[in-house]
Amino acid sequence: MPLTLAEVEHIAQLARLELTAAEKELYRQQLSDILEYARRLQALDTAGIPPTASVLPPRSVLRPDETAPSLPPADLLRNAPRIEDGQFRVPKVME
Amino acid sequence: MELSDLSAHELALYLRQRRISAVEILESCLKRIEAVDGRPGRLDGGPLTVEDEQKVHSFITLTPERARAQAEAVDRKIAAGEDPGPLAGVPFTVKDIFCVEGTPSTAASRILANFTAPYTATPVARMEAAGAVMLGKVNLDEFTYGSSNESSAFQPSPRNPWKLDRVPGGSSGGSTASVAAGEAPLSIGTDTAGSIRQPAAFCGVVGMKPTYGRVSRYGLIAFASSLDCPGPVARNVTDAALMMNTIAGADPHDSTAANVPVPDYLAALEQGIKGLRIGLSPDYFRITYPNLQNGTFETQPLPAEIEASVRRAADLLAAMGAEIVEGVPMPNTRFGIPAYFVISRVEAASNLHRFDGVKYGYRTPEPMNDLRAMYRQSRGQGFGAQPKLRILMGMYVSAAQYSEQYYNRALRVRTLIRQDFDRAFDPQGPYRLNALLTPTTPTTAFKMAALYGDSVLMQYADQLTVPANHAGVPGVSLPAGLDGEGLPIGIQLLGPDYREDVLLRIGRAYEEATETDPWRRVRPQALL
Repeated sequence: MPLTLAEVEHIAQLARLELTAAEKELYRQQLSDILEYARRLQALDTAGIPPTASVLPPRSVLRPDETAPSLPPADLLRNAPRIEDGQFRVPKVME
Repeated sequence: MELSDLSAHELALYLRQRRISAVEILESCLKRIEAVDGRPGRLDGGPLTVEDEQKVHSFITLTPERARAQAEAVDRKIAAGEDPGPLAGVPFTVKDIFCVEGTPSTAASRILANFTAPYTATPVARMEAAGAVMLGKVNLDEFTYGSSNESSAFQPSPRNPWKLDRVPGGSSGGSTASVAAGEAPLSIGTDTAGSIRQPAAFCGVVGMKPTYGRVSRYGLIAFASSLDCPGPVARNVTDAALMMNTIAGADPHDSTAANVPVPDYLAALEQGIKGLRIGLSPDYFRITYPNLQNGTFETQPLPAEIEASVRRAADLLAAMGAEIVEGVPMPNTRFGIPAYFVISRVEAASNLHRFDGVKYGYRTPEPMNDLRAMYRQSRGQGFGAQPKLRILMGMYVSAAQYSEQYYNRALRVRTLIRQDFDRAFDPQGPYRLNALLTPTTPTTAFKMAALYGDSVLMQYADQLTVPANHAGVPGVSLPAGLDGEGLPIGIQLLGPDYREDVLLRIGRAYEEATETDPWRRVRPQALL
């Protein structure tokens, strides 16, 4: 079942992704194709099979709680598009 | 024979014997790059010229000054009688998905084009600590999302040194092209569905995907965090083993890096393969392609030349004392790609949320009065088609109303794929394999532009490599001859968790058995 344009617009909105009209239509078609292939999974009986989100055994790995130097703030701010007073500068969030 | 054509272990040896210097090795590689690489990939790279079509274009960023400083430091250590490290003076390239302090680390994406990494990824840091000399950052598919390198935002994208109208494979295509063209004996790549092994097969080099967690992912720009594995690209098995000795092992910066003892991979190489059980599976000798016209799937046999290469390898290994086990069922192999379409996209979407135009990377130059509008515009302008498509797909299949149908189901299928390997490798089971021998890819290198733009068919290039990523097991692709068009064929060995040593041992035995094969003397087109 092909995706609708409205569905693509809804996900793009959730993903904070501005798309042109041409992109929306292209991705609508490509997503519909890919989902068609992903639906092959329906052919398998997976009842009673546990999911594998990671091949690692579930465990907590902690390193010794020792202080160590971190990267200097100036190095971390160097890549920011806009900074002010040692902080990241963004457009206003609310009126 | 130029220094740039020697292998890593030979260079390291000659350097320690003071027959050559690190600076001489570096100059030889830089000369090769100058001769064959052409202009590096860059944003808005413009139209291809006739000359561009005759070059390899491995690089995005060449760092000769940094490399020269490292090479001189190695030479100083040797002059002072200090141990310069096991990889001293050996040049290597780095897939531009790893952070390297002070160098652009772009992921081949516009959104990170202006990002200069403030720290160095663990596997790269370990290479440098071992004395290896980094030449620069090589091209890849944008964020590693592809199997041909053509999706890079930095053009021209790499070409296959064996035949320059072919893709090098991907996503570590810059890595494998640079090694095949003699620009460097080693490269570090990443493998999420086959992104080291598939381009290694296409470019006629050795590429290893270690066990998940064997090599730290710290400093790797993440794609699918449960599948990503950094690993070596080399021209022979010994060099891959040498590199594994350096990069494998636990890392306090990555809690998923396995705290499992690392053997001496070099020492393992010469143990021979007598008594090892090596399996062949019919499920790796047929390939499933989607028919785009009617939406059905067609199962076809492999190209005869590829199948013959695997059969011959089995015969040669049997003659060296291995036991070949036929008919090992791996029935869920064919669900590897559909499951990957779901799992990798969900993880990719999650990992790409961090690119928001705030802390690093591209921000729209247009003035924005609203934070959300700034996010939307920056991401819309910064990401190329593949990241956008994968974000949308990942969000769709993990949405509450669809996750049972897609994401959770794919995770269960992943368990079934893992169970295929568990059964094959179980020491008490019916097959008791030490390794599974398969083809690496369903075809040899395809023509540039042949598949690009078709996200479904492109993904199917990974169908024989992706099961190992789902299962977490190690795999290696070895060069195994040339097809009728002179293109490299790759064979793959898959093994149980943390048994890279066994795969390398078998690979070394295969090299010995084929040492006098005429194809081993053939030079790639780019070097003629």
